[in-house]
Amino acid sequence: MIYTENVDGKFKKQTFEIASYGADIARQYGGEAVALSIGNVAGDELKLLAQYGITKVLNVNNDALANLENQTYAAIVAKAAQDEGAEVVVFSGSNTAKAVAPRVSVKLKAGMVFAATGLPVSLDPFTISKKVFHGKAFAKVIISSQIKVISLAQNSFGVHENPVEIAVQDYEPQIDMAVKTKVSQVEKASGKVLLNDAEIIVSGGRGLKGSENWAPLEELADILGAATACSRPVSDEGWRPHSEHVGQTGKIVAPNLYFALGISGAIQHLAGVSSSKVIVAVNTDIDAPVFQAADYGIVGDVQKILPQLNKAFRKFKSEN
Amino acid sequence: MKILVCVSNVPDTTTRIKLSGDQSAVDLAGVQWIINPWDELALTRALELKEASGGKIEKITVISVGEKTAEPTMRKALAIGADDAIRVDATPGDAFAVAHEISQAVKDESYDIILCGIESSDYNGSAMGGMLSEFLSLPSVSSVSKLDIEGDQVKVNREISGGYEVVEPEMPFVAIVQKGIAKEPRIPSMRGIMMARKKPLKVVESCGAEALTAFTAYQPPQAKAACKMIDADNVAELVDLLHNEAKII
Repeated sequence: MIYTENVDGKFKKQTFEIASYGADIARQYGGEAVALSIGNVAGDELKLLAQYGITKVLNVNNDALANLENQTYAAIVAKAAQDEGAEVVVFSGSNTAKAVAPRVSVKLKAGMVFAATGLPVSLDPFTISKKVFHGKAFAKVIISSQIKVISLAQNSFGVHENPVEIAVQDYEPQIDMAVKTKVSQVEKASGKVLLNDAEIIVSGGRGLKGSENWAPLEELADILGAATACSRPVSDEGWRPHSEHVGQTGKIVAPNLYFALGISGAIQHLAGVSSSKVIVAVNTDIDAPVFQAADYGIVGDVQKILPQLNKAFRKFKSEN
Repeated sequence: MKILVCVSNVPDTTTRIKLSGDQSAVDLAGVQWIINPWDELALTRALELKEASGGKIEKITVISVGEKTAEPTMRKALAIGADDAIRVDATPGDAFAVAHEISQAVKDESYDIILCGIESSDYNGSAMGGMLSEFLSLPSVSSVSKLDIEGDQVKVNREISGGYEVVEPEMPFVAIVQKGIAKEPRIPSMRGIMMARKKPLKVVESCGAEALTAFTAYQPPQAKAACKMIDADNVAELVDLLHNEAKII
């Protein structure tokens, strides 16, 4: 069973990725891939899951569930998994997954692996890979319980089309829906590319020397449709908000293209970006560790190079 | 009001990870052990809240599941300012077992707020706090980047995609905290270190909780191909390589 999360009633790429992933695991078991959706998601949106091998969706739509209530959401997922006789429960690697999946694991007495990096390498014993020490090593993990809870690391499987017939069923579990963590206010930026969704991330470090020098970096992000990020010293100095800090103790990201601009590449920073497909680094010091992790590098002062990058990418965008 | 902070004893985040000869384990010989960074931030916030509470927060307890070798890390937590510590005497098997052990060790105590870091920097499980809240049947809020007490009401910021929600949980509850919850972790002072020696560190017996997962084999990450250097006067070449070679734009 796959918990298919939505944002404002829409599924995101990560949801289709875990749907594809769950469908593949179900095939290995010779079973069925069932999705569970909680929230106000339209029928047409739910049916999109058919493209990725989901044959049934349990749809829980109740006003009492408008906001994430970890205890209730976990109770619903666990109940549905039991009703469906699910052997594997799949989550994404999102904040919601972090909030709900561990509770489901306890309810089902199911061993859990967070941020698996691919399909199980064996079903008996159930063995799956994940990164440990933030990518400094990979490990194989055996889950010994009958039911397994798996979260998939973002962009580690990909979206695979596999169209099937789908049945949408309303699902009304009889559980306590008391709200114990009331949401009193929501603050959301609009129109910005979000770090967790970004295909391209433009990240700045101490080499930019101060918050007043961020305009050209934001311009590059704008040209490429990228999200902006920063290294830890930058957020510690207050040049950029903490929510932009990428690295071991900040956000772990996995975009297609990551620009490390004026970032020396401390081991903790690299641990947070090592899953990026391509890394471009600009730094004055040719011996900076960031060049060990990068695919393409330019040695030079980022404040001088950035305007040139903007010019070159703008030219490229106008021609392509 | 009482606050419990769960702490994990982990290798320093700058540690170079070496594997044992047969790659069945991580070689931890000579490793420097620290308080898991997120747990350290949680503890820092708890101390700030206590200092600002005018005596309303009477006690901050830290708890950890581990062998005697974890005690220096717990003493550090006491040196930073925790009032007392509990060590559950068990080898931490997995998050499920650790959460089970902690839930048993604290079931007769009443903590108003339980703080856990959102993940540990070693096995990156992101599970213990959520599991503990379920074992204790308490509400939980995860991805907490701010926690304030206003009168009798706790207010937390929960990070969501593109922003945050202000959440007002019923107490007692479990807050699973991330970056932003406190600015800088504290460094123990000489006086703190002296005082920590006299603070109570209670050792409780394991309840024999079973792990449901086991790490069996490790691999180093794949070596990366050498970085291709581009002349600073010719950044157009980068655009060309990203388009034609990496095919990423």
